[in-house]
Amino acid sequence: MSKAAEIDIVSVSKIYGSTTAVHSISLKIPSGSYCCFLGPSGCGKTSTLRMIAGHESISAGDIRLGNTVVTDLPPAKRGTAMMFQSYALFPHLDLVDNVAFSLKMKGVDKEERRAKALEMLKLMQMEPYANRRPAQLSGGQQQRVALARALITDPEALLLDEPLSALDPFLKIRMRAELKKLQKSLGITFVHVTHSQEEAMALADIIVIMNDGRIEQAASPRDVFERPATAFVARFMGDHNVLTGRVVESGDGKVTLEVAEGQKFTVAGPAQAAGSPIDIGVRTDRVRLAAPSEKTLGFHGVVSNVEYRGASVKITVLGAGSDDFTVIATDADYFKTPVAVGDAVPLSWGLEDAVLLGRVAA
Amino acid sequence: MSAPRASIGKIAAAVASYLQAAPLALILGFFFLLPILMIAVVSFWDYDFAGLYPDFLTMNYTDTLGSWVTWKTYLNTLKYTALVWGLTLLIGFWVAYFLAFHIRTTTMQMVLFLVCTVPFLTSNIIRMISWIPVLGRNGLVNSTLIEMGLIPAPIEWLLYSDFAVVLAMVHLNTLFMVTPIFNTLMRIDKSLIEAARDAGANGRQILWNVILPLAKPGIAIGSIFVVTLVMADFSTVQVMSGGQSASVALMMKNQMSLLQYPAAAANAVVLLIVVLLMVAAILRVVDIRKEL
Repeated sequence: MSKAAEIDIVSVSKIYGSTTAVHSISLKIPSGSYCCFLGPSGCGKTSTLRMIAGHESISAGDIRLGNTVVTDLPPAKRGTAMMFQSYALFPHLDLVDNVAFSLKMKGVDKEERRAKALEMLKLMQMEPYANRRPAQLSGGQQQRVALARALITDPEALLLDEPLSALDPFLKIRMRAELKKLQKSLGITFVHVTHSQEEAMALADIIVIMNDGRIEQAASPRDVFERPATAFVARFMGDHNVLTGRVVESGDGKVTLEVAEGQKFTVAGPAQAAGSPIDIGVRTDRVRLAAPSEKTLGFHGVVSNVEYRGASVKITVLGAGSDDFTVIATDADYFKTPVAVGDAVPLSWGLEDAVLLGRVAA
Repeated sequence: MSAPRASIGKIAAAVASYLQAAPLALILGFFFLLPILMIAVVSFWDYDFAGLYPDFLTMNYTDTLGSWVTWKTYLNTLKYTALVWGLTLLIGFWVAYFLAFHIRTTTMQMVLFLVCTVPFLTSNIIRMISWIPVLGRNGLVNSTLIEMGLIPAPIEWLLYSDFAVVLAMVHLNTLFMVTPIFNTLMRIDKSLIEAARDAGANGRQILWNVILPLAKPGIAIGSIFVVTLVMADFSTVQVMSGGQSASVALMMKNQMSLLQYPAAAANAVVLLIVVLLMVAAILRVVDIRKEL
């Protein structure tokens, strides 16, 4: 239905007074993809989205949308449309006028713009409510209207600022599926800011994980899950335990490190200078409560917490310089040999379950 | 045993809520409703130079409404009201707009808002009288203009004129417009303005399509303040027009000083009805309750 645009962010920075919110980031978002910006609050993800939208000036660098450099263009001239966190529907207008607002600003006459708005509301299944005010709608309905209002401008890219954060958990999952379906059917580029890992994993073609104004990793959900690029990504996504130490030996496609407590661990990876600091990530769901076959693929720790989650059990262990080394065991495995808080347990994993984590150049 | 006790408790609870409402009801009853009722009653009484005589006459009303002086005075008062309302709305809205959207920090907003209220630290009369040395024949404005050689002789209409009356009234009443409008503007979600800009609205379109509609309740409340105050004003008209113009309230004051209380009361009832109709008209246009 609509043309999609590739978004190219080139060394873009955002500086507020003396603080830098975004440190010279570069990123290419392919046309027609669903891109999620993920990170803790204050990481610069919303600033980046607002710079793409044109609601925030760009301190340095350029943003290209399709074939146009949009750095200095006003929001409405960029071919983007934004959906705001609280939806920002006009409380004094009914749904038709809300959706038709941008057409009214363009000077489209009343009959035509109302007809188009109704069509858009129909697409969002909100037609029966056309004459209501936003305050008379539920959160999910308001979101549909906000989507209709954003899409009526026929944008090349839709920018969504934490669109699901105002909804209750069940509605969140339903609206999430609707968003994905909508993106597929429209074929335009979606850029979605969120702080929920689950949301990003479920929706995105590309996840961009930001921290402290920098991009830690931009990759497909599978890559982010299986090969987190940095210790931050591994910790933030929560599927890996991070062990930090110094390289003692490397070669033969393997690196051995020693943590502060003295244990040594081996990980597959290119040769590193001995003594340099290094982080590795170990998949929480692959750690077994069993003695290691090789000394450097496991350690002994003390159980500090056990959480039952139904299909799995989350066991937290102290040891190897980590105070929250997490083991996700299936319920069947756990109940074969249950452990209690305070027990000393052996832990082990396979060489393929550990990844070498990189560091972001500051 | 327990049934009567429960019913006593119920009665006590009912009495308690009436007792809680009583102080305000009594104050409003004695100092607001009763006086108005008395004015309404007195407006039907007879009078001469020596006293008031309880009666039921419509003479006071027919005299008031039948006299062309009354109609002229009402017209004059309505003229002041319209001018002052228009000017206070224009000035008040822009002051409130500037405070709400162009001042970034809340502290600075509050400081500047307090600066707006500084004139209210003195009384109405003093603020009015201080215009006289500014506007007078040999006042600041005239002497400055003459010294600069811009005018050969003092401008006569600066003081003791409709201009002076409207100027003083605008000065006295603008804050009543600023406060409620500022209040509504402050509650406009800033993301609405961004959403409008995202939809391609320029500054003027945002003002007309988003900010003004959302500021309506504040404008209505400010308008009620200004209209009721100006309709009932007599001191500003008397002082600033130098006795050359009249207002309805001034007419009543003159009647009272001639001891024509029933005539003044009839006048007051008519004025009350006119002002209530104006307030009703404002509320008809803007539904304040819905927006508050």
